[in-house]
Amino acid sequence: MLASFGKRVWDGRWGYIFIAPAMIPFVIFTGYPLVQGLLLSFYKAGVNRDKWKYIGLKNYTNLLTRDPVFPTAIKNTFLFVLGVVPAAMIICLFVAVLIYPLSQRKQSFFRAAFYMPVVSAGVVLAMVWVYIYSQEYGLLNYIFESFGLLNLLNEGEKIGWLAQTDTALLSLAIVVLSWSLGQPLILFLAGLGAIPETLYDAAKIDGANSWQSFWKITLPLLRPTMLFVLVVLTIAVFQVFVVVQLMTLGGPANATQTIVFRIWVTGIVGAKFGYASAMAVILLAIVSVLAIIQFKLLDRQVT
Amino acid sequence: MAQNTYSPVNNLMPVDSSLRRRYFVGRWLRYLALAIVLALAIILLIPIVWMLLGSFKIQRVALAYPPELIPSNPVLDNWERLLINRPSMRWLLNSFVVAGGIAFFGVVTSTCAGYAFGKKQFPGRTICFWLILMTMMLPRQIYMIPLFVLMKNFGWFNSYQGMVAPYLVYPFGVFLMRQYMQSIPDELLEAAKMDGASEIQLFRHIILPLSRPAIGAIAIFAFMAGWNDYLWQLVMATDELWLTLPVGVAKLTASGVGSIDIGVGMAGATFAFIPMLLIFLLFQNYFIKGITVGALKG
Repeated sequence: MLASFGKRVWDGRWGYIFIAPAMIPFVIFTGYPLVQGLLLSFYKAGVNRDKWKYIGLKNYTNLLTRDPVFPTAIKNTFLFVLGVVPAAMIICLFVAVLIYPLSQRKQSFFRAAFYMPVVSAGVVLAMVWVYIYSQEYGLLNYIFESFGLLNLLNEGEKIGWLAQTDTALLSLAIVVLSWSLGQPLILFLAGLGAIPETLYDAAKIDGANSWQSFWKITLPLLRPTMLFVLVVLTIAVFQVFVVVQLMTLGGPANATQTIVFRIWVTGIVGAKFGYASAMAVILLAIVSVLAIIQFKLLDRQVT
Repeated sequence: MAQNTYSPVNNLMPVDSSLRRRYFVGRWLRYLALAIVLALAIILLIPIVWMLLGSFKIQRVALAYPPELIPSNPVLDNWERLLINRPSMRWLLNSFVVAGGIAFFGVVTSTCAGYAFGKKQFPGRTICFWLILMTMMLPRQIYMIPLFVLMKNFGWFNSYQGMVAPYLVYPFGVFLMRQYMQSIPDELLEAAKMDGASEIQLFRHIILPLSRPAIGAIAIFAFMAGWNDYLWQLVMATDELWLTLPVGVAKLTASGVGSIDIGVGMAGATFAFIPMLLIFLLFQNYFIKGITVGALKG
């Protein structure tokens, strides 16, 4: 028994040699910090290592019951996900179905236009959007004014998009949405390309109209792609940070605090390693639960 | 994936959809919908155009309301201040070294590990693969704090190794490579072994050349991930000379909230945008292939 295991290990030696370049850094820079983070979350830990002290679950109880900001940050992060993810999926599905029949050249134009914000990256867009959202000299207020929308919405006064608690989160979500469209669109287009044309022909012969074939053929067959997009987008939006750090710093009145922003403020800026690690573990728990749910869905759909 | 039969190899081929013309709604409704899509595309491009225009505005013009849509008197002041008064060329270099390093190591580790996971049998294979796959799904910020402490102990702040080391393994790349390797027929490897090829020769002369398309996709994606890894680079770089381009230009406007210099900020944002734009235009096909390959399932 042991001998045969030893033989299997020996026979697989080239496997180990080939995974070593990946597994060694993986253990040092991912595995170890993950475990360390779990442990740190039970400590009161700051810059001075000698003063680290085990405090049990206190970080967690403080976070969930006494922290004035963290529950808001969780809520805002969920609002981001619940707003951006479905919006991105619906928009991308709509756009993909519409531009799919277009010529290759027109299709590439749209694909490039929707992918451009992904290329330009968070920092660049966040900086531009701060300028666009500005209350006194922003382009957005100018556009709203030109279309008479300021009169309609705010009695002609210019809107402080990032300065008001009721618009700040939405304003940031729109920026995040703008760079969440490129990838799903390309995936949906590829998904549409994988649907056999014969299915539509068969449906036509059976007397289905095009609306029916959309609901009965396109949507069901795109389902695996949709679920994949759902998983990827959810995880991406959960990490929302750049817009918060560059555009609002969590304000006004904590209206745009998010989990990752709190981790950064608490752990890196404030050097409260233990407390921030507890936040990270909560983030891990939330993401894991979501991932498991989504994987279950994927499994059921896909296999 | 039962009903979807495309393999990674097929998926790397260009998708030709020109043959398919399929409309779900009537003609006029479709035109209307297309107009909406076009408007959406333009809206997405407006910020980028606005940024470019803003980079040529002096402060007075940038703060004007109603805004000058086309700057009446474009100036190069902002660009001058960005390129001469700030170490922006150094930031550019830093970004290239960091993103390039991440891409290089990502390709090396992904190819080796992907080959082992896809083609080799050894105890512990499944668990190792799942461990890596799981971290693909995890936000990196979850272990950012301990990693920060680790880097502090290593003394790796303000260094390239500090910014690259956490990305030596690119989980998405490992995943993609494994899928790709599984599509390479076993017979090919068997035949080479019969002819007396050693493991190293097998890898160099058969596996590497065959996986070139996947390597391209991984390199581009890892490079882009490295280029856009704002948060970690912000954490690791405290010295102005060690900032990467996105972190550097972000600090242009973030410092001194009261008197924001919009023109320089927009010039900086444009400057940070151009390299990625060029890479996108040059390797557009790899982007699309990389994205779609990621969606296939095992």
